[in-house]
Amino acid sequence: MAARRVSSLLSRSFSASSPFLFRSQGRNCYNGSRVVRRFGTSSKAEGIISPSVQVSYTQLLIDGNFVDAASGKTFPTLDPRTGEVIANVAEGDAEDINRAVKAARKAFDEGPWPKMTAYERSRIMLRFADLVEKHSEELAALETWDNGKTYQQAKTAEIPMVARLFRYYAGWADKIHGLTVPADGNYHVQTLHEPIGVAGQIIPWNFPLLMFAWKVGPALACGNTIVLKTAEQTPLTAFYVGKLFLEAGLPPGVLNIVSGFGPTAGASLASHMDVDKLAFTGSTDTGKVILGLAASSNLKPVTLELGGKSPFIVFEDADINKAVELAHFALFFNQGQCCCAGSRTFVHEKVYDEFVEKAKARALKRVVGDPFKKGIEQGPQIDSKQFEKVMRYIRSGVESNATLECGGGQIGNKGYFIQPTVFSNVKDDMLIAQDEIFGPVQSILKFSDVDEVIRRANETRYGLAAGVFTKSLDTANRVSRALKAGTVWVNCFDVFDAAIPFGGYKMSGNGREKGIYSLNNYLQVKAVVTALNNPAWI
Amino acid sequence: MASRRVSSLLSRSLMSSSSSLFSLRGKGHLVNRGVAQGYSNLASALEETITPPVKVQHNQLLINGKFVDSASGKTFPTLDPRTGEVIAQVAEGDVEDVNRAVVAARKAFDEGPWPRMTAYERSKILFRFADLIEKHNDEIAALETWDNGKPYEQSAKIEVPMLARVFRYYAGWADKIHGMTVPGDGSHHVQTLHEPIGVAGQIIPWNFPLIMLSWKLGPALACGNTVVLKTAEQTPLSALLVGRLLHEAGLPEGVVNIVSGFGPTAGAAIASHMDIDKVAFTGSTDVGKVILELASKSNLKAVTLELGGKSPFIVCEDADVDQAVELAHFALFFNQGQCCCAGSRTFVHERVYDEFVEKAKARAINRAVGDPFKSGIEQGPQVDSEQFEKILKYIRHGVDSGATLQAGGDRLGSKGYYIQPTVFSDVKDDMLIAKDEIFGPVQTILKFKDLDEVIARANNSRYGLAAGVFTQNLDTANRLMRALRVGSVWINCFDVFDATIPFGGYKMSGIGREKGIYSLSNYLQVKAVVTAIKNPAWL
Repeated sequence: MAARRVSSLLSRSFSASSPFLFRSQGRNCYNGSRVVRRFGTSSKAEGIISPSVQVSYTQLLIDGNFVDAASGKTFPTLDPRTGEVIANVAEGDAEDINRAVKAARKAFDEGPWPKMTAYERSRIMLRFADLVEKHSEELAALETWDNGKTYQQAKTAEIPMVARLFRYYAGWADKIHGLTVPADGNYHVQTLHEPIGVAGQIIPWNFPLLMFAWKVGPALACGNTIVLKTAEQTPLTAFYVGKLFLEAGLPPGVLNIVSGFGPTAGASLASHMDVDKLAFTGSTDTGKVILGLAASSNLKPVTLELGGKSPFIVFEDADINKAVELAHFALFFNQGQCCCAGSRTFVHEKVYDEFVEKAKARALKRVVGDPFKKGIEQGPQIDSKQFEKVMRYIRSGVESNATLECGGGQIGNKGYFIQPTVFSNVKDDMLIAQDEIFGPVQSILKFSDVDEVIRRANETRYGLAAGVFTKSLDTANRVSRALKAGTVWVNCFDVFDAAIPFGGYKMSGNGREKGIYSLNNYLQVKAVVTALNNPAWI
Repeated sequence: MASRRVSSLLSRSLMSSSSSLFSLRGKGHLVNRGVAQGYSNLASALEETITPPVKVQHNQLLINGKFVDSASGKTFPTLDPRTGEVIAQVAEGDVEDVNRAVVAARKAFDEGPWPRMTAYERSKILFRFADLIEKHNDEIAALETWDNGKPYEQSAKIEVPMLARVFRYYAGWADKIHGMTVPGDGSHHVQTLHEPIGVAGQIIPWNFPLIMLSWKLGPALACGNTVVLKTAEQTPLSALLVGRLLHEAGLPEGVVNIVSGFGPTAGAAIASHMDIDKVAFTGSTDVGKVILELASKSNLKAVTLELGGKSPFIVCEDADVDQAVELAHFALFFNQGQCCCAGSRTFVHERVYDEFVEKAKARAINRAVGDPFKSGIEQGPQVDSEQFEKILKYIRHGVDSGATLQAGGDRLGSKGYYIQPTVFSDVKDDMLIAKDEIFGPVQTILKFKDLDEVIARANNSRYGLAAGVFTQNLDTANRLMRALRVGSVWINCFDVFDATIPFGGYKMSGIGREKGIYSLSNYLQVKAVVTAIKNPAWL
């Protein structure tokens, strides 16, 4: 296995690499030429770190085999650091989805998957978690290469979380209980919680393997089979863990992975007549299309995890330094590419000026650079399209007269690096306070009392998450209930334990993932009522 | 109150009517000729259509606690299925009325009082409402029968009591909506709050107007939501009456708003409204798809759907045939065959097939059809001319496709929408009558040989709502119960609808479950609250 070589390669690669830290330049950094110069000075960075992993799997995983696309077509997946091609990957389309569904259908309808004991299923998932840990450096390197997120984040936070989630759901497999139910007459009533069948799952590019775990974990634990479509930006790691799943003993056809594009592979999955359930994570606009396709095809139930514009509320009694640090983390984590990013930072007027000054200082200190480099906090945005979109929103912020405290420009002229950007004096009606930017752009808004901030925080079509910073128990309790958001983090943010349900109010989505709540998404409830003769009790 | 008069009126009316025989009986295979004969014998009786012992008191929309005309001032007639004649003109709600109802519901939710009352207070209002339903039982039942055509005895003895029962069930849930505390992986206190979702839009059908109202309103109100409910245009009356009773019970204004009207106007306005947070719909699969599409194009409101069915009723060779015949008959013909879960594909094992068909036919011929207000009547008219024509088309289709017409096959009389209890044998899986939802008194009997075969055939449908299984064999029962891809399996019984039993569909029969504990989640949002903790004693 290539994997064994990887860890040594990886450590060498780290130690060998030259310093490659970008630091954004504060109020001057909207000046593009200066940024370029700055980038130029670290041009030892021609020595972009060579990822210590090889791409071993670029084909679709269907029925236990890696195969080319039916059309023979491929598409390039790019390195966000440079825009250069990492590998050409099989491009799945309707015919590949058909083949994958057929394999999944067979593995479900004829078995073996739902006919195995829950204990057997759980052991395969536990073995898979072990393999994820064993290959964690290789997986982390591949994830970073394809996505641009920092290697340290991938290695120390995300890959361990993938293993953790699979152990969590492996533990659920043999704890899916139905109920026995009191009847109004001589009947024995029970409910069976059955697997729903073939689940179609469409995952995004911002956390490729974590989203894989949120989707695949509960679906497999409940006994379903799967056709998973990866994002076209980040197809690589799913194939790798697909291989690990086969190694762990997953029968062929239970998990099929198709790389490809939304309008082709994604749409055919959403509208497929033999897919029994669909789970999608992505933008609200695409979520609407997905639900429309489910409605016009076979009414498969749909869970959606969509966009957000989550408020991060700092009250006057909050620990300001901690709030600054967490508000910074809430927005900039993962290059700002989080659906639950704390992207509306509401700060009480009494602490506003201090907060803005410190938030700016923190953003200026943010370390941007090659994500494989140690100590880097921020890598490039995922691709040119996202990069351009973020830059457009920054221009919109400037034009709408928000105060650009720092950042605002590209870093370097290669790849998709953006300076950590902070706007203050942001008003609710500015686009940057309304739309999901999905980039390293913090918008700071001022408020004066609780009623006002509750109303403004809720005035959005989104309702995914919120942060609340206060020492007051009453404020915390009141705001927790009043916010229309699926997750409220109080004096913390982005806590994503496996047991905590995640999902949106309003147009941030339908349903919950993680925790006990995610099981429902992958179960059908069957009521079984049997006539009783001469029952000892009812 | 008029209602006090009603029960005495009603008992008099029932007693006085009991002397004149008024049951139409289907005439078996002599169908066409026989029925015409039978009808002519009864023609004079049909002219003496029983006057319903109830007056229509409410024919306006119920918005923000008040009965009001529609914004347009328009009305539409609701018809008596026994005659096709107008019972009353009812306010016709449209987009503007839905908007007004949503404004009222939004206010009652966002500013209170409903979600800000204690759960105990909400439950007490629902309990008082259940008491009022019982008090007005006969009046409500008479209105339901008049508007829908179902037998009065079924309304008065089963459905209206079930209405009270379902509301007491959900009243009991109101103060038992628990969130969870959740183990964290670090120094965090994690809890989940199960919050009301907000303003629920609910669209109910005409086949069980009040029971569908209770399945929808009960859990929505127990969980603290406010509601805009659209009734079916065929049966707007009973909901308006119980809407008044809800307010008598102390429901604050704006919490439940009732809009009568049509699907493409009022219904579509609900499904696509940007200020409605959830929509629940019961009706046909085709309309269900439209509802879900409207939700997807508007604000992604969460949708639950209870849709069509073509439910298998499987009689194994070891079944008690007489009981199976009776229950298969009930499973199909109950409520004039107008049940989404009707046992509309009667699969009978080849060893008992001939006996079953003979007895099923005899039972159908025996079925008492007539004015639903008459005592002893088992079957009234279909709800309207559209359904009536559709069913007759399917019957002709059955004959044309070579199925054997054992009984029935035509209308009864020349007035209203009565149809003879109809039985087809030798039905094949590929006939339309074995595939489509007929929604009328047409039983289709199919033959099978072994379990593998019947499982495959029973599941070979786009629907997956319910199934009946008749067997004395434990292994057979257990095997079928797991293999059938349906939301309800009734074993040696059918149509058991206790409040606690979840109901809903696999496949294109719907999304989500109603009744029981499962229905609560349709009306709750889950909010995870995670709080950083310092120096925790345990994790």
